Amino acid sequence: MAERQVYMDHSATTAVDRGVLEAMLPFFSEEYGNPNSLHAWGRRARKAVNEAREKVAALIGADASEVIFTGAGSEADNLAIKGSTSLRKDKGRHVITTAIEHHAVMDAFGWLDKQGFDVTVLPVDDKAMVSVADLEKAIRPETILFSMMFANNEVGTIQPVAEAAKVCRDRGVLFHVDGVQAAGHVPFNVRDLGVDMLTMSAHKMYGPKGVGALYLRKGVKVEPIVHGGGQERGLRSGTENTAGIVGFGAAAELAVKRLADGSVDEEARLRDLLIKKVTSSIEEAFLTGHPTRRLPFLASFCIGSLEGESMLLRLDAAGIGASSGSACTSGSLEPSHVLLAMGLAHEVAHGSLRFSLGKDTTEEDIVYVAENLERIVADLRALSPLWKTRG
Amino acid sequence: MYTEKVMELFMNPKNAGRMEDPDGVGEVGNPRCGDIMKIYIKVKDDRIADISFETFGCASAIASSSMVTEMVKGLTLDEALAISNRDVVNALGGLPPQKVHCSLLAEEGIQAAIEDYRAKQKAKAGAAVSKS
Repeated sequence: MAERQVYMDHSATTAVDRGVLEAMLPFFSEEYGNPNSLHAWGRRARKAVNEAREKVAALIGADASEVIFTGAGSEADNLAIKGSTSLRKDKGRHVITTAIEHHAVMDAFGWLDKQGFDVTVLPVDDKAMVSVADLEKAIRPETILFSMMFANNEVGTIQPVAEAAKVCRDRGVLFHVDGVQAAGHVPFNVRDLGVDMLTMSAHKMYGPKGVGALYLRKGVKVEPIVHGGGQERGLRSGTENTAGIVGFGAAAELAVKRLADGSVDEEARLRDLLIKKVTSSIEEAFLTGHPTRRLPFLASFCIGSLEGESMLLRLDAAGIGASSGSACTSGSLEPSHVLLAMGLAHEVAHGSLRFSLGKDTTEEDIVYVAENLERIVADLRALSPLWKTRG
Repeated sequence: MYTEKVMELFMNPKNAGRMEDPDGVGEVGNPRCGDIMKIYIKVKDDRIADISFETFGCASAIASSSMVTEMVKGLTLDEALAISNRDVVNALGGLPPQKVHCSLLAEEGIQAAIEDYRAKQKAKAGAAVSKS
């Protein structure tokens, strides 16, 4: 075991916060009632679910009635995309998304394409920014939906959500935002933004896995994709995951606190320190994504003449958990679609690395990561034929 | 995902680094696909007297490079050419299916280095003939 264990993959998932776990625990074996039952057990569970809904709604400035709990962020994305288009397909069959979406959105649009919808994919610039002017040009009379992520999970770029929402509103296009990476980490209010639907996931904000939510603005109709007992206003059948939902509520409460008390700003300071250390101490290492409009916890790089998986495994041996968009980490031979959409060459994209900080990351952790990465890069470059002429 | 042998060679590769004045050099792979393997050999009495590699790629590419260089060191050129990627995979205790192409690079890298050596020898012999 390495001298230090530094988990820097909070974009993938976070630990369940101790307080969140404590809030959840009674709902397994003590308060195990079905929230749909009329008896006391059921009523107590229903009360807990309702309270959690209030807390999740409060995080994004929504009304509790506008929050639909699902089994994952991916499910909420699918509900928004499939559920909204299935109700509107008589109005038009043109839908728009972007080139850097998570697979939950990208593949749902792929499914729409197979169903006969016409899909437009907006490009991004070299910083992974979507252009609102491109969106305006892409909208047609028969456009029914635009889906764009709030912030990118690989490079952290925060999109012009409010501006895109205004365009969609003016042109009568429904707007879905995948907010899985941003919710709980970037302050926002769905009313001010003017979005119609927004996806969240508990496990990206110190809540449990297996619970997501869709914000559905009052008046916006979607068709369910899971039919059954009519839970969640008939939009997501299946007995509520009470403990998970309670955990989501507690995580949302924690997020509200962290957004208000400066924790998120401190995280951004540590992120900037890591960016500065890596880009100044390692030759041919550059930041990917937008330099300022980025998630406070995410630092992403491309390291020249190296391949991501080899760096990840050497980092892992040093007790550091990170991730990469290289082909070798994906099981395919193609590097990440996000990095390619940003115009990076394949060989550059293979050298991508992502460090995502968490609420317990310390400055010592940052120093440890930067020092180890510098050493690992030097060791691997000594093996790389692409680095030869400079050695 | 990787066997202990793969991880051991990835963390501490044998015969790694560039070689000065090699008798043959083989370079295979493509940076676009994420791996390039470069094999350097010194040949004495038709045997691989010394060998080293430089590899840009994932852990399995680096471990395959290390393994194949160990396997062919001291072999005659024909014996070295008979080493297949299957032999490399077996010696590594297996590779995940999507990584088997890395072992193919190892086989091809050795072949390319030997071909380069033989082509150079031929050119030298030709030059010697034309001089005389």
